[in-house]
Amino acid sequence: MSTAGPLQGAKAPSGGSATPKESRLGAMPALELKDLRKSFGKTEIIRGCSLQVAQGERIAVIGPNGAGKSTLFNLISGRFAPTSGEVLLNGHRIDGKKPFEINRLGLSRSFQITNIFPKLSVFENLRCGVLWSLGYKYTFLKFLADLDDANERAEQLLQMIRLHKKRDVLAMNLTYAEQRALEVGITIAGGANVILLDEPTAGMSREETRRFIELIKEVTVGKTLLTVEHDMGVVFGLADKIAVVVYGEIIAYDTPERVRANQRVQEAYLGSSVAHQQAGGH
Amino acid sequence: MNTLSNIEPGSEAERENRRAGVPMGLPGAAPARVPGRHSRKDYYEFKPYNVGRWIVWGGFALLLMVAPMLFTSSLAHTMLSQMGIAIIVCLSYNMILGQGGMLSFGHAVYSGMGAFLAIHTLNLVSKGGWPIPVSLIPVVGGISSMFFAVLLGYVTTKKAATPFAMITLGIGELVWASALMFPEFFGGEGGISGNRVTGPKPLGITFGPQLQLYYLIATYTFVCTALMFAFTRTPLGRMINAVRDNPERVEFVGYDTQKVRYIVFILSAFFAGISGGLAALNFEIVTSEVVGGPRSGAYLLFTFLGGATFFFGPIIGGVLMVLAGVLLSELTKAWLLYLGLVFLFMVMYAPGGIASLIMMNLRVASFGRLKEIWVSYLALAVTALIALIGAAAMIEMLYHLKLNAALGPELTFMGARLNAHGVDTWFGAIFVMLTGIGMFEVARRHYVRQWGEIQEYIEKEMKRRETL
Amino acid sequence: MEFFTISLLNGISYGLLLFMLCSGLTLIFSMMGVLNFAHASFYMLGAYFAYTATQLLGFFPALAVAPLLVGLIGALFEKFALRRVHKFGHVPELLITFGLSFILLEMVQLVWGTSSVDYRVPAALDGPLFTIFGTQFPMYRGFMMLVALLMLVALWLLLTRTRIGLVIQAALTHPDTVEALGHNVPRVFMLVFGGGCALAALAGVIGGNAFVTEPGMAATVGSVIFVVVVVGGMGSLAGAFVASLLIGIIQTFAVGVDASLINGLGQLGIDITPQTFGYPLWKLKISQIAPILPYLFLVLILIFRPKGLLGTREG
Repeated sequence: MSTAGPLQGAKAPSGGSATPKESRLGAMPALELKDLRKSFGKTEIIRGCSLQVAQGERIAVIGPNGAGKSTLFNLISGRFAPTSGEVLLNGHRIDGKKPFEINRLGLSRSFQITNIFPKLSVFENLRCGVLWSLGYKYTFLKFLADLDDANERAEQLLQMIRLHKKRDVLAMNLTYAEQRALEVGITIAGGANVILLDEPTAGMSREETRRFIELIKEVTVGKTLLTVEHDMGVVFGLADKIAVVVYGEIIAYDTPERVRANQRVQEAYLGSSVAHQQAGGH
Repeated sequence: MNTLSNIEPGSEAERENRRAGVPMGLPGAAPARVPGRHSRKDYYEFKPYNVGRWIVWGGFALLLMVAPMLFTSSLAHTMLSQMGIAIIVCLSYNMILGQGGMLSFGHAVYSGMGAFLAIHTLNLVSKGGWPIPVSLIPVVGGISSMFFAVLLGYVTTKKAATPFAMITLGIGELVWASALMFPEFFGGEGGISGNRVTGPKPLGITFGPQLQLYYLIATYTFVCTALMFAFTRTPLGRMINAVRDNPERVEFVGYDTQKVRYIVFILSAFFAGISGGLAALNFEIVTSEVVGGPRSGAYLLFTFLGGATFFFGPIIGGVLMVLAGVLLSELTKAWLLYLGLVFLFMVMYAPGGIASLIMMNLRVASFGRLKEIWVSYLALAVTALIALIGAAAMIEMLYHLKLNAALGPELTFMGARLNAHGVDTWFGAIFVMLTGIGMFEVARRHYVRQWGEIQEYIEKEMKRRETL
Repeated sequence: MEFFTISLLNGISYGLLLFMLCSGLTLIFSMMGVLNFAHASFYMLGAYFAYTATQLLGFFPALAVAPLLVGLIGALFEKFALRRVHKFGHVPELLITFGLSFILLEMVQLVWGTSSVDYRVPAALDGPLFTIFGTQFPMYRGFMMLVALLMLVALWLLLTRTRIGLVIQAALTHPDTVEALGHNVPRVFMLVFGGGCALAALAGVIGGNAFVTEPGMAATVGSVIFVVVVVGGMGSLAGAFVASLLIGIIQTFAVGVDASLINGLGQLGIDITPQTFGYPLWKLKISQIAPILPYLFLVLILIFRPKGLLGTREG
């Protein structure tokens, strides 16, 4: 799956071969947050988050509702500009940049509320996702039907997200789970190396979730992944590390087992009395 | 051709879309077997000769060529010329409205500036300045409009949706009000006149006679329509649809939404300018009203009426624009009121315009159920007509009393003499209108029931065909 | 000095009138997301209704009756037409108000004719309020300012101190939540739309006789108020206030200034003759460009501060 295009900048190290559990010494983190803060008016929503994600790592971002997980994603992907702090993608600062600039540098995201192109067909949706990365830009002098590489890539994506039977169906006529799959498809279409998925399995049944996570694993091989998730079963099966966000701060960032035993995390989720009980009972 | 997507007719996906209630691609495109479509083993698809496409475009060209021979009066020729011009400008407007989701109240600025620069160029040619053949003057119009769009478009496309509409309104007013301030360019009250029988005359064609000009206009209409259709098949054409559907998502696939809008805005202005240049040649005079608010409003109204969601909708809109402006306005003084009411009802009940109504009924026809609903349509039409006659009688009487008071209270309405002061005339009109409305309501309920039943039938039928 | 003061006062009264119009527009827009293209048409309707009502009932009753009638028409339109297209999105909503403006214009011409009507300042309010620097300042202008300010205060009180005002404020950003709490949000929408139209009509009642009452008045003031709303920042009442005053004052001043750039450059010793390039531009008097000043303002704001003066939302 080669995507020659502006996304594969010369400066970005390839993250394909590193095993997720160890980052190569000296290799640049794929994503780094430095004391990120965001206030809306007087309310500070993100209160100093720092994080380092190595190339090819899979991070799950968890936390109670309203903790600021989506806001964090919005800050990273450029939907909002941070009030202070830095966001670095492969060592380059991207905070304050516009979403399309960030996307062109190799970061792509999906949305919690499905964000697709409702009146275009599934195939067209995917094709729109690849056009820029293949360098087609704003041209109106070529026909879409003649863009072999774009069409080929879109077909590949179609197969990958298993929607080839619904190739020409308008996106608004898909079922919910199919739309979520399309959402992920558009996200990975451009070949970005850092993928942010915001609650990809929201609203799905157990079985659908299980299958969807398998899909996500398949399509994000070798990429750096950050997912916001609520389903702990998913988290433990998918993630190398977990970041726990509570009230706009990252209170824990560690491997799943250590996070599970972390007292602060237990307090945040279960309340301090229960956490004490747990601690006392062991 | 559906601006929404380009689904091949007869395909599995088209059936799925039909089931979901989506208008299908243009019929008449032969619903032929498209071999190779369903077999995925060969990735590079086998694309057979698309007969349907050639039929449609060939038919269009034929119609353009033959129309003046079918309608031979000079009024008809004038109207046909105007229709060609209107088609180009409405299609150009739909590039930003239907395809881009941008509602502009100031499109006349671009068609108008194209007209002005075209006529100035024409005068320069007459004075012996530049040897540009008259047939290329519209292109000059197009390029000048493009220039203005580059200038004004950047600021205009900075915002989206409602603010965009307001900005286009403001800029439209700016240009229109400026018209009186620069009489050297805009010609003040009298406008700028020109003479199209001038310059180099290749092949001895002077464009003096209306018929010759018509064929020039028809050529431009065909070429521009084809170009604008081709545009919908390009990356930018697809991305502007994406911007319409979900501007935020577009940013997240690497495109600068504002830039996409800006470029399409400029292209739309180019075609609008060509239309303006043709208008300058046609009327040989350009006044400041060509950049005015009412004209922009007319483009909006008729493009929407024709149908903004299908590519061919604005073609219908352009034709209606000329028919209404030339014929309807002669028929009754209340034509603007009727137009406003039709527009209002369209927005409420058929926001896809006439094009969408046609397509929905074609779908019904393809399932063989159109014959039965004919009767319902007839009933609706007749009862609506009755109600309309009653209402129109009252409106006409009112208009007559207000605007033609000097002519006395009698007026001719549909061949009958009515006394606008007579109480019995008013009672009669009200009675007719109310009866019509009552009967219309009965017919409407029957129609709705029947339509619903047909839609259900279509759904079942599609499911049944899927399982075959 | 005299010119300055009189122009300033006139400018403020015109600006306040503009604000009366824009406040209704902003309220409707903030609440429902609909930009009421027919807003200026309701202004016109208010003036015409007041004209007829004055002839039947006198000016002061008309001051109350006309806005109420127009508000009722607005509310009915919202209930039967606007509500229906709400589900289609914002563009159809704008289109339907556009269609309405068309129809209202035609109906007004139908009933009252195509030329202006003689809607006059009532005798009780005719005459000078005070004399300043030798020029009289009309009492009616003062009355206009008074009504505008009273209306503003009443509006502010309504929104911030009453229960319905709180509901309106809440429904401004979270209509679904407010509906879930049991408030009849469609009814609130109808009230707000009707209220906004009534405000426009009130502006028409007091403005129609100060300025001219004719079918073209809607178009004239219509584009200006949209400019004001964009310049002030869509959805911001305070911004609309500032922008209305600014544009009102600047335009009033400009109309009175007969100088042109030629004069200005002449003072610097530069001579412009008819042969100079761009002469048509230089010779324009400021009073001539007064009509387009609001639009120039619009373009400048969009270039330098697209959010508007005090804008809070992206529209």
